[in-house]
Amino acid sequence: MAEASRNRKTRIVHYVNQFFGGVGGEEKADIEPFTIQGPQGPGRLFEKLFREENADVEIVATVVCGDSYFADNQENVLREQIPVIRGYHPDLVVAGPAFNAGRYGMACGAICQALEPLGIPAITAMYKENPGLDQYRKTVLIVESASTVSGMEDAVRNMVRLGVKRLRGQAIESPKAEGCFEQGIRQNFFHEEPAYRRAIDMLLRKIRGEPFETEYPIPFFDRVEPRPALADLKGVTIALVTSGGIVPTGNPDHIESSSASKYGKYSLEGLATLETKSHQSAHGGYDNTYANEDPNRVLPIDMMRNLEKALGFKVHPWYYATVGNGTSVDNAQKFAKEIAVELIRDGVQAVILTST
Amino acid sequence: MSYAKPKEGVQPVTHQWKKIAVTDLGFSSPTRLENGKLFIYVDELTGLLQSDPNIKDVKLAIARPGESVRIIPVKDVIEPRLSLIPEYPVFPGVLSAWDADANGVPSGEIVSLSGMVVTTVGSIVGFQEGLIDMSGPGARYSLFSQKHHLVLDITVKEGTQRHDHEKTVRMAGFKASDYIARSVLNHPLPAGSHETLVNPEYPGSPGPPKRAGRSGLPRIAYLYMLQTQGLLHDTYYCGVDVKTMLPRRIVPTEVLFGAIVSGNCVSACDKNTTYHQQNNPIILELLRRHGTDWDFAGCVITNENVTLGDKQRSSTMAAELIASLSPDGVIVSKEGFGNPDADLMMNCSKIEAHGIKTVLLTDEFAGQDGASQSLTDTHPKADAIVSTGNANDVIVLPPLEKVIGDDRVITELAGGSSKCLLPDGSIAIELQALIGSTNQLGFERISSRMK
Repeated sequence: MAEASRNRKTRIVHYVNQFFGGVGGEEKADIEPFTIQGPQGPGRLFEKLFREENADVEIVATVVCGDSYFADNQENVLREQIPVIRGYHPDLVVAGPAFNAGRYGMACGAICQALEPLGIPAITAMYKENPGLDQYRKTVLIVESASTVSGMEDAVRNMVRLGVKRLRGQAIESPKAEGCFEQGIRQNFFHEEPAYRRAIDMLLRKIRGEPFETEYPIPFFDRVEPRPALADLKGVTIALVTSGGIVPTGNPDHIESSSASKYGKYSLEGLATLETKSHQSAHGGYDNTYANEDPNRVLPIDMMRNLEKALGFKVHPWYYATVGNGTSVDNAQKFAKEIAVELIRDGVQAVILTST
Repeated sequence: MSYAKPKEGVQPVTHQWKKIAVTDLGFSSPTRLENGKLFIYVDELTGLLQSDPNIKDVKLAIARPGESVRIIPVKDVIEPRLSLIPEYPVFPGVLSAWDADANGVPSGEIVSLSGMVVTTVGSIVGFQEGLIDMSGPGARYSLFSQKHHLVLDITVKEGTQRHDHEKTVRMAGFKASDYIARSVLNHPLPAGSHETLVNPEYPGSPGPPKRAGRSGLPRIAYLYMLQTQGLLHDTYYCGVDVKTMLPRRIVPTEVLFGAIVSGNCVSACDKNTTYHQQNNPIILELLRRHGTDWDFAGCVITNENVTLGDKQRSSTMAAELIASLSPDGVIVSKEGFGNPDADLMMNCSKIEAHGIKTVLLTDEFAGQDGASQSLTDTHPKADAIVSTGNANDVIVLPPLEKVIGDDRVITELAGGSSKCLLPDGSIAIELQALIGSTNQLGFERISSRMK
């Protein structure tokens, strides 16, 4: 790398798979990563279109890796190749376009995601059904491309336009307007008009049949069908899990009163009932006077003990608790996945979920 | 009263609203307004408040716009007003006996002190109280940073139960507000701005037949959802706990008189303080352009109770009441978040089922990273939403020179955490903890969009 060229031109590193790296098709998908000096394949198109946008760029290196190799060795590839890319001191990294190639899309997303925290802007492109999109859209700017290589020029052109903005340090206010997929992240901003006026304007448009744009498009909701009831509880192990914030007094894990970032796992071993001295509510979304007076109201271990003998089930000796107040669905899903794995591992067959 | 009272039953209820500007506050005797400066006679006001046996001590403090002051934990904010209608004083049913079902709302005049508010603080009652910053980055998020605050820092007697504590502080705010208004506004009034607000006529009202469709203007109604989850999350209409009520029509200008007051400790960002209720901008805008840009068909209040049965009943009845006004469209505002999202969606879908278009005002809880879904419930008919911002968004507030109240509670507030105190004395908290920051009556300009 000549110092002179580093100062003169904008440096770009390009990541491609074995096919666009000129190695071969699927039969070469397990090829280990290697580096080519200068542009390769679509790299030449990138250079041409960047120059049309008056950006004096040079693709200093092209990193090539087989799609299967990347998928099977992702951690190792990233650990070895990210320093290689960094060694070229790139001002920008472009990956793909990956179109609808799933493993390629995943690789492009992973490369970009690993570079952004290092202060190296990175962009990729893929088709809307590429699995790499859902995996990486929150953290990576992904340009929308066609499903096949016939959309190469459009995809590269949009990547170049976005790349020029990023090279100039311009903020990407609206990814959608830049031909990118939305990252799915809600971002606050100050509107010119107060909300009451926007609401009335929107209603007038809706009444008149004029186009209007909702400020919050309704998301898809993941609705879970409850399992059929158990006919007989004899011999079944039942666990208690609550979002009502019942924790040992003093809230040892400091579970937040709202927007919980964690849950706790606490013992019920030998407890016939919860005492106001030993347990409390950490929940900030309801008046917890009555929960603190009698924590069994939210975590009914007293009733469970009464029924345990009568119905012949066993109470799991641990309970899990978090605070459901303002807690994001993402966090709640994460807690649930971890808790479910442990419950299944511990032989729990049924769970009573209590909220408030 | 120079204002000619229209003959009731013939003309719609009409209120003339006069606003007297307050540009500064001070302490001296007697309580009076002099060249825009409001003086408070401390002993008289604290004496009045301490006549409540639950109150041990009241300290008064002043906060002005731009000062390096943080007020925390705030319970309520109230604008002092005086009704010039003798039989219909402010805070009807709260400071006076008034039965909304026995008495029609009379026309007449109301005077407010604008630019100042009474703000109540004191030891925390519920986790969901919040703060007001008079300067710095937090000031931008709340209209209250632009007001002069007379702060009542109230200590209740030891052993006062939580619910009595909440009520004691709530009533102290109204009493102080009423005291100021009576002391200052019962004299010949200085010049101020005024406007006349004419209420809609409801079907079935005596007088000329309904004027619907007379103008060809769009007919807009308003469904005003009130926080009534109970247990420190309550709102009162004419002194009645709204969770015990059925949805009903109100005369929209009733809110000017404090007919709806806050008694709730729901999250600071999206609870409607009494000030918000008194100044509901949706009602005011719909009234101000009523008859010129649209016909304001009327306002229905409804509750946000916690049981499914109550939600189903209230949403059905609210939708029917709205439909009885035969509007083309309805604005629906929510208070609070989470559980009330279900009420919002039921109201939306049931109103749309009547063939009436809806626009919903809601804030969002999309997580600190903004990546989570924002509401706990949804409906395909909810296709026109105005967002008043993601309340989980974290803001860093530098330390301010003076704290009125007690800022040690910050880690316990909804929106705070054990880690929110930064080494340099700043606090990193969610907007949730800032009073009125994501208000769903639409006072503020903050919104959220997809990145």
